[in-house]
Amino acid sequence: MKPKTALVCRNVQLRAGERTLVESLGLSISTEDRWVVLGPNGAGKSTLLAALAGVRAPDAGAIECDGRPLTDYNVTALAERRALVTDRWHDPFSASVLDTVLTARFRFGAGRNGADLAGREIALAALAALDCTVLANRDVRRLSRGERQRVAIATALAQETPLLLLDEPISHQDPRHQTRVLDALRLLPGRTLLASMHDVNAAARLATHALLLAGDGTWHAGPAADLLTASRLSQLFGTGFVALPAGDGKRVFAQEHGDASL
Amino acid sequence: MNMLAARPTLVALACAGATSVLVALAVGSVVVPLADVWDALRGERSSSLAAIVLELRLPRALTAFAVGGLLALSGALLQGLLRNPLADPYVLGVSGGAAVAALTALVLGAGAVGMQVASVSGALLTLAALFVLARRALSARAVFADDDTTSSVLLTGVMIAALAAAALALLLALAPEGRLRTMVFWLLGDLGAANDLGAALVSLAVLAILLPIAFALARPLNLMLRGDVAAFAQGVDVERVRRVLLIVAALATGIAVTLAGAVGFVGFVAPHLTRALAGNDQRVLLPAATLAGGSLVVLADTVARSIVAPLQLPVGVLTALLGVPVFLWLLQRR
Repeated sequence: MKPKTALVCRNVQLRAGERTLVESLGLSISTEDRWVVLGPNGAGKSTLLAALAGVRAPDAGAIECDGRPLTDYNVTALAERRALVTDRWHDPFSASVLDTVLTARFRFGAGRNGADLAGREIALAALAALDCTVLANRDVRRLSRGERQRVAIATALAQETPLLLLDEPISHQDPRHQTRVLDALRLLPGRTLLASMHDVNAAARLATHALLLAGDGTWHAGPAADLLTASRLSQLFGTGFVALPAGDGKRVFAQEHGDASL
Repeated sequence: MNMLAARPTLVALACAGATSVLVALAVGSVVVPLADVWDALRGERSSSLAAIVLELRLPRALTAFAVGGLLALSGALLQGLLRNPLADPYVLGVSGGAAVAALTALVLGAGAVGMQVASVSGALLTLAALFVLARRALSARAVFADDDTTSSVLLTGVMIAALAAAALALLLALAPEGRLRTMVFWLLGDLGAANDLGAALVSLAVLAILLPIAFALARPLNLMLRGDVAAFAQGVDVERVRRVLLIVAALATGIAVTLAGAVGFVGFVAPHLTRALAGNDQRVLLPAATLAGGSLVVLADTVARSIVAPLQLPVGVLTALLGVPVFLWLLQRR
């Protein structure tokens, strides 16, 4: 059976001021694919996520979600299709972690007296999946960056959307929680993922597909096994990578010292 | 805090509001026994005290409650919308614009009605100017760099307020000696002229319209506290909610300033006091802050006209004198 496409980009152009970050991007993301977006700082990863989320319009081209142009969706319909985890959080006033996760239930409307019992269970399950159960009653402003990031991911899970867009979801995680987050994302049933990342080994563990953005308009997209190679990564980041055997037939990437362009 | 858990807090604050009005009816240069207050309210004009209660104190107490409620509602909305705990009803310059218009009318020899018309027009004109000047931040679909939109609305408002402050200083410098005292009292916030029961009821009615509009948008506002992009991604029509609530906040401020001048501090401190008591769920905070602000101004005005009776102090002095220590105590305790 041919898998359905969740998200399609046709000739998408993304600009930041005078710079063209992405030119003529063509992308077809099938349901239950897990895409990682890799590229140097400022290459347009967050900009692409914003465009795919409908937060920002592409500077040219079109994006389709479930076969309809993204511009046809109103804000509620978008919230039913995709959740977005950004890498910046605002907590100007104190609030409990559980209440923060429950904001994701907005699209389901308020229950009686504003208490959404099913939503509460889903929120607690999302917190548990990200090792945040003990944080549920803590003040969101007293969390560490890593804890706050996992709460943000749990919030996106609680929105129960088929598509998850994540901007550097493991950038603040310690090694154990990095594994935990990757496993939680990999084991989500029936969801399509697209996540930007800098850790190439984490990307290789998570991804079925990869999109490499060079930041000068050029890009490469395809199955992760084809694109996550030492030579492509070395070229993408301008620093040397080697693939080392890591037992049971797997490989890990290690960064060579020095600058590949020198 | 959910709505069920918050119910006792809201009931307690409603009782505090009713009590504050009763106290305001009984206390003053002449103390009226509660039994006589009750008789007067039931329409038994048995004594000369009834006239004091019904014709002087009742309009003033109700106006004070409306002013406090409107300012607190506006402050709570702006602190949420701008995601800034320092925001107050005057931060967008709407009250400054109202004050410039009202005092210009006064200098030109207008009476009370003329000042009120000028004040409302000034508030609406300033609001229109704000929407024109900050149109990009207000109309753009939430952009990814989401800090920028609220801060440019805030900065535009602060600049309008600064311009209004300069215009007020100019007016005070040019004003004839005889009008200075009235002008200063008006700027400090004064309920001395609030003796019209009809106007008091109209202002309460305005509050009764604006609060439900704000309350209906309390859930989306809860989400917008976490950032515009996050709220948009969760299904909030950020642009619409922000426009409607800015208009509600500006109208509330404009009307409060028209009734009593620039009563200071209540719009800042009432939402903070309420947040400390009842948490930051806007569905609880908005009605609770409105009740708290109303009660606070009624009590402050009662003190203002009793403490050195028969002299009267501007209520704005009292709200700050009472509010600042309470707020600092709260901050220390946290």
